[in-house]
Amino acid sequence: MRNAFAEEMTRIATTDKRVVVLSGDIGNKLFEKVKLVDDRRFYNCGIAEANMMGVAAGMALSGLRPFVYTITPFTTTRCFEQIRVDVCYHHAPVVIVGTGSGLSYSELGPTHHSLEDMAIIRTLPGMRVIAPCDALELRTILHEVLKDDIPTYIRIGKKGEPDIHKSAPNLKLGEVNIIRPGKDITLLCAGNMMADTLRAAGILESNGVSAEVVSFHTVKPLDDNYLRQASTRFKMIVTIEEHSRIGGLGSAVAEWRMAQNKNIVQMSFGTDDEFMHEVGSQTYARKKFGLTSENITSKILSALS
Amino acid sequence: MKTSDISQLIKRASTLRARIIETSSKTGTPHLGSCLSCVDILTALYFSVLRIDPTNHRDPSRDRCILSKGHGAMGLFHVLAERGFYSLSRLDNYGEDGGVFAEHPPTPDHLAGIEAATGSLGHGLPIGLGMALASRINRNEYNVYTVLGDGECNEGSVWEAAMLAAAQEVKNLCVIIDFNKWQATGRSQEVMALDPLVEKWHAFGWNAVEVNGHDFEELLAALSKFPNENNKPTAIIAHTVKGKGASFMEDDNNWHYRIPTPEEVIKAKIELGVPL
Repeated sequence: MRNAFAEEMTRIATTDKRVVVLSGDIGNKLFEKVKLVDDRRFYNCGIAEANMMGVAAGMALSGLRPFVYTITPFTTTRCFEQIRVDVCYHHAPVVIVGTGSGLSYSELGPTHHSLEDMAIIRTLPGMRVIAPCDALELRTILHEVLKDDIPTYIRIGKKGEPDIHKSAPNLKLGEVNIIRPGKDITLLCAGNMMADTLRAAGILESNGVSAEVVSFHTVKPLDDNYLRQASTRFKMIVTIEEHSRIGGLGSAVAEWRMAQNKNIVQMSFGTDDEFMHEVGSQTYARKKFGLTSENITSKILSALS
Repeated sequence: MKTSDISQLIKRASTLRARIIETSSKTGTPHLGSCLSCVDILTALYFSVLRIDPTNHRDPSRDRCILSKGHGAMGLFHVLAERGFYSLSRLDNYGEDGGVFAEHPPTPDHLAGIEAATGSLGHGLPIGLGMALASRINRNEYNVYTVLGDGECNEGSVWEAAMLAAAQEVKNLCVIIDFNKWQATGRSQEVMALDPLVEKWHAFGWNAVEVNGHDFEELLAALSKFPNENNKPTAIIAHTVKGKGASFMEDDNNWHYRIPTPEEVIKAKIELGVPL
């Protein structure tokens, strides 16, 4: 996803003179082409994320559209107060991009994991939260976020995630992207778990359960319309995300159900409330937290039986 | 600058101090000492330096000024009223429910003349740096001034911004430190090793000068050398006195939170030479 991000930003920077890219001492080579478009519109802000976020807000308050890019914990939890005050309180149209989100950097340990980012960023008034399911969805989203002036957080993976779409899909922020229609239950995926979610739908199908698969790319604001329909059309809503079960899409949907007084059954798949102290790959970490298509389907099937 | 102009600034600053003290007393607004130490700095900026037009306060070419030490808002609110951004009578509802005037500046969308909502320390300089860089990107020449407290220089984000501004040669960015030697709980030099403050800014790659922050000639002389042709950003370390203007408040940190009584307001006004 990060290569798609750099490529698409270069394209956007060529035509939209408001766009500036700020990075926290990563991706210098990745953004070489942005610099070639206009060397005044790329800044390596060093390892100083609090300042970087304030700088972005100052630029946004001066008519520019800055994109802030670094590894997820450092562009979210590290500078949360700057996001809250400088960006959200001012309603400054900054786009914050967290790369290597979730367990993408599993091997690097919990300092580089981001399993709380959506939970905390989602609480900020006026902030939009987006988790694209693949690089192609991301490409469309990068154009869409420039169509209004809303502060936005986008969590992306690193590189090599499987493409779900064949080409950049048409989508609207705040409206789900239905990947595979179904009749019995719906699987709502936020972010990079889409390949496993589709695999889970396949396994469910072979067990006689027709599962709709949805890219719930906009975690805030929620697609109220879809959730209303889903709560009447399906027996169960399932949320799947590489994020803590506390505060992510699962929590957002549960909050929605409570506010709407909907009693449809919900299952949430995400990471447990613990740091991972042992070393492990992303595959290992997902398995540890039960984020595999096999575990997801087995839990769903037993709940349905 | 002519002597008569300096006299005007001194007179204006005394009037502003009296109004600020009165507002604090009437509304119970604290941080009076911090407001009074930066009145001369703000008066010099808003009445002699900033290229601003209160009737066109969103002009993209305007100079920007951010009071990064947001707890000095009561001073800034009076300065902006005096400068014509809104009428002085608007401050009659200071501190009332539903209003915008309280202990910290609201966002620019909620009050003309405000460039950034501060109050959480260490935010104004990074935002100002972003605005100064935007001038370069947009090819729109203006200057950005940020007024910081010395206690505020405890915040790491100040020094992060200082390093990036120097690396990017952001010469249109000016920091003015209201160096009143106090922070909420004690002497700023004792809470954190602040000294040598001028040398610190030098070491961070800035033009750094120190002035008497209550002497308009010194303040304006330093401000007239900014932007500097050497492409470095500029830091003016202004030595000030907390509570400046009322002898019984000066350099007494109790006035970080104390509210003056009506009798003390009269006493201060007499000292300031303004009508009771």
